[in-house]
Amino acid sequence: MATPGVFFPRVLPPLVALLLVVGAWELLTRALAVPAFLLPPPSAIVAAARADAGVLAAAALVTARAALLGFSLSVALGVLAAVLMASSRILERALYPYTVFFQTVPIVAVAPLLVIWFGPGPAAVTVSALIVSVFPIIANTLTGLRGVDPALRDLFRLYGAGRIATLLKLELPAALPSIVTGLRVASGLAVIGALVGEFVAGFSEGGAGLGITVLSAHRQLRTDLLFAAVLSASALGLAIFGAVNLTGYLLLRRWHPSEKG
Amino acid sequence: MSPPAVAIAAEPATPASGRGARVRVRGARRVFPGGVVALDGVDLDVAPGAFVALLGPSGCGKSTLLRLIARLDPPDGGEVSADDGGALAFVFQDAHLLPWRTVLANVALPLELRGVPAGERLAAARVAVERVGLTDASSRRPAELSGGMRMRVSLARALVTRPRLLLLDEPFAALDELTRGRLDDQLRALWLDLGMTVLFVTHSITEAAYLAERAVVFSPRPARVVADHRVDLPPLREGSLRADASFAREARVLFDALEKGGA
Repeated sequence: MATPGVFFPRVLPPLVALLLVVGAWELLTRALAVPAFLLPPPSAIVAAARADAGVLAAAALVTARAALLGFSLSVALGVLAAVLMASSRILERALYPYTVFFQTVPIVAVAPLLVIWFGPGPAAVTVSALIVSVFPIIANTLTGLRGVDPALRDLFRLYGAGRIATLLKLELPAALPSIVTGLRVASGLAVIGALVGEFVAGFSEGGAGLGITVLSAHRQLRTDLLFAAVLSASALGLAIFGAVNLTGYLLLRRWHPSEKG
Repeated sequence: MSPPAVAIAAEPATPASGRGARVRVRGARRVFPGGVVALDGVDLDVAPGAFVALLGPSGCGKSTLLRLIARLDPPDGGEVSADDGGALAFVFQDAHLLPWRTVLANVALPLELRGVPAGERLAAARVAVERVGLTDASSRRPAELSGGMRMRVSLARALVTRPRLLLLDEPFAALDELTRGRLDDQLRALWLDLGMTVLFVTHSITEAAYLAERAVVFSPRPARVVADHRVDLPPLREGSLRADASFAREARVLFDALEKGGA
């Protein structure tokens, strides 16, 4: 819970802003009798979320599983790829241009391909989350590894440190702040990648994810449920982002200025 | 803070424990990528256990020479050798500590990289940390220390391997004068106590005169030796020496040598 010293200057203003917007939204939609399929009042969205809480929770769980698995894979593969590229200029020159592909690929266009390769279902959705989230991890890890203090490299060389010892005791810890930055960006993208994957590939087995909930609510013109599903998806993204932030804080708070104070 | 109490034999100006390494440089040449000649035809002989200051204007190539002796860079010509048997330590211009490690773990790092077992290396690190008077700060991290304390950690990290050759590249240049003076005293006390060969790169005339038994003066780039001067001051030196006429005389000699060299 926020202490009073933090509550008034930091928490109160955004809370008041939210209440004003939601209140105006509620009043205007009622006063102007806006059709519910166009823009439902916030109270209707809350009611829909309550009524379909079970469906939303189950869908959020399916999406969370694919997003988290895709995110974990992109952490493992992204850091590994960056370590390989940092180990040799030639390897970096050969591979880096193609990693940019992951940054620029229109995932909506590639998703059908994923369905052909992996079949409809969680595998294709997971790979979609992986593709969208891997580039920021590669790019940031590489920046971190390249930025290691040359004098410390000299010191490790002077004391006869091997390649593995240098990686584990110097390069990875020194790159950690950059890696955490990459993870922050990637965590939100993984949820987006999973949702887009579900639009194209997320049918049948393993239950329907939030992307499917959005699609079916749209087809039924259940705009209230659509809003509830979108809000659930952003809550999921926030939760993963929060977990990454907390991990970063715990890892860096003792020594890195970004997590002090 | 006074330097740690050490038993000092009053007699020798040069520690005679025989631990120091001999350094021999013949016609050393070093060319930077891009064609800048940093060193050309430098000769230098350093006796075991000597404390030698390498004095020259900023950017003259004396740091480059130190890196050749440390085997961090290869010479582009000539010969550089040191019989330190791998017991060599290097102190950089800034402390360059691992910010995620405590003081003690930073000091233990060289032994860790050489595969010394944990118990043994931590015991050695504790001794080295005590030598530089930082025992109370053992479990703090570099960001929680002052610049002078960080430099002392760096010095302890260099000493933990019991080096036969200690190379220092303008190590105290970034510190305030008072802190620098204390560290100079501490370094001399450690040298008298441990008897390693010390090569100390500096652009400060007074620091060279105060610290060293011998000062080698370099010209601007490419570095050539313009003077090789035996500093005629007593082995036990303290702050008051800086106000003494003998100290002023030695500083004057070095100043003239620098001027003559074209600095």
